[in-house]
Amino acid sequence: MDMLAGKVKLTQQSVNSAMNPTDALARPIRLEARDVTVHYGAKQALFGISIDIPDRAVTSFIGPSGCGKSTFLRCINRMNDTIEGARVGGSIKLDGEDIYDPSLDVVELRARIGMVFQKPNPFPKSIYENVAYGPRIHGLARSKSDLDEIVVSSLRKAGLFEEVKDRLSEPGTGLSGGQQQRLCIARAIAVGPEVILMDEPCSALDPIATAIIEELIDELRENYTIVIVTHSMQQAARVSQKTAFFHLGKLIEEGVTEDIFTNPVHKQTQDYIMGRIG
Amino acid sequence: MPATKDHIVTSYSDELVALAQAIAEMGGMVEVAIENGTKSLLKLDRELADLTILADQRIDDMQRRIDDMSVSMIARRQPMASDLRAIITAIHVAQDLERVGDMAKQLARRSLKLEGMNLQPTFYNGVKNMTALVLGQIKTALDAYSNRDAAAAIQVCNRDNEVDAMHTSLFRELLTYMMEDPRNITACTQLLFCAKSLERIGDHATNIAERAYYLQTGKQLSPDVQEFHRTQIKA
Repeated sequence: MDMLAGKVKLTQQSVNSAMNPTDALARPIRLEARDVTVHYGAKQALFGISIDIPDRAVTSFIGPSGCGKSTFLRCINRMNDTIEGARVGGSIKLDGEDIYDPSLDVVELRARIGMVFQKPNPFPKSIYENVAYGPRIHGLARSKSDLDEIVVSSLRKAGLFEEVKDRLSEPGTGLSGGQQQRLCIARAIAVGPEVILMDEPCSALDPIATAIIEELIDELRENYTIVIVTHSMQQAARVSQKTAFFHLGKLIEEGVTEDIFTNPVHKQTQDYIMGRIG
Repeated sequence: MPATKDHIVTSYSDELVALAQAIAEMGGMVEVAIENGTKSLLKLDRELADLTILADQRIDDMQRRIDDMSVSMIARRQPMASDLRAIITAIHVAQDLERVGDMAKQLARRSLKLEGMNLQPTFYNGVKNMTALVLGQIKTALDAYSNRDAAAAIQVCNRDNEVDAMHTSLFRELLTYMMEDPRNITACTQLLFCAKSLERIGDHATNIAERAYYLQTGKQLSPDVQEFHRTQIKA
């Protein structure tokens, strides 16, 4: 009976700690995009995207291939700068500060807005070095023990430490796919970002590794603002509090995740999420 | 309602159509059961009463089938938005219809108990009128559900007051017959139970209409919404 009472109490706690889905929209705005356009040469890839990304919540971008969701994600940490012929218009502000301001240091920006890619891409170095690399070049650690602490705490936050603590000097590429992806998340966390962008972080992973990453995302959102691009609508429904649907370079609909998946307003959103012919 | 596009996966579309058809079929079975239940009561038709009682098993089977279909689709298709609502409401509507089937069976059982009793035709009038009203409610609710017609659904909810009022007046009428002649007490008590069953069927019609409203709009039909529409109609 006592065990049962404990269980019930635990459930109640989980209920209390779970975020009310509508709270996501009431949170302060971390990132503010206004009328963002992207041209690749003569071809326009994004048409006037305006969206607010709430602080310490997970926002997901969904839409068919080529709809512009990844392009928009890459605008948020200026990854499109590196693509020749790419032009970005409009404005994106992080905490009210324009990230396309010419005086802004892009390297510093990318430390504040980290990114995790579709395919796990650890450096061909040891597990330790993978995580230590960022803090070292950004000068975040004053001593070796500082650096050790950052590496351990980042690996812990990424839920990987227990699995790799005895082999930190082994190559990161020797880990399983799911572990490699968590190593990349640890690497992103190590430089103390405020925002983490994830571009289909689970598409190369099996369901168990996916579930572990999803659980991790849920934990990370307490301290970080997370934006995730995903092809899996079920994943968007599971992990995010806010969802935005893109189609042919336009933002069709955005809102509380629960509303988008149970009662979307726009017919295009409806057809897409219900798997109907568009 | 704008024509919905087909699913990319055609077998999914086929399953949704089959589910809607199963509800329609079950609705038809239940309507017949109410008609036959009352008819067996009014005409004291033993054969029809037995048939109605037997038919309830098929209605129960149908509910189980709809449950199985729905659970299977949720597990395999991960339905979203209005597809999800169609499946969830199908489970609810099938449950309401199954209860209505039970009420019809009870009507038929009462008719067997009334056999051989001295019943005046006037006793039945109220039950007959109430059956017509309740049957109309069930039909309109099922039509609102299959046509995804939110306005018709609201009408059904608003008309439930009429069913309740008729139940109250029937209660008073039967009480009068009992006071007139205590020999009427047994038969009139049975009829009172019948009236109660019909009143419950009216409640299930309201439930089905509420599901129809939710299916179409994605919003629960709260008493506020009903009140809003009621005042709009009056104005």
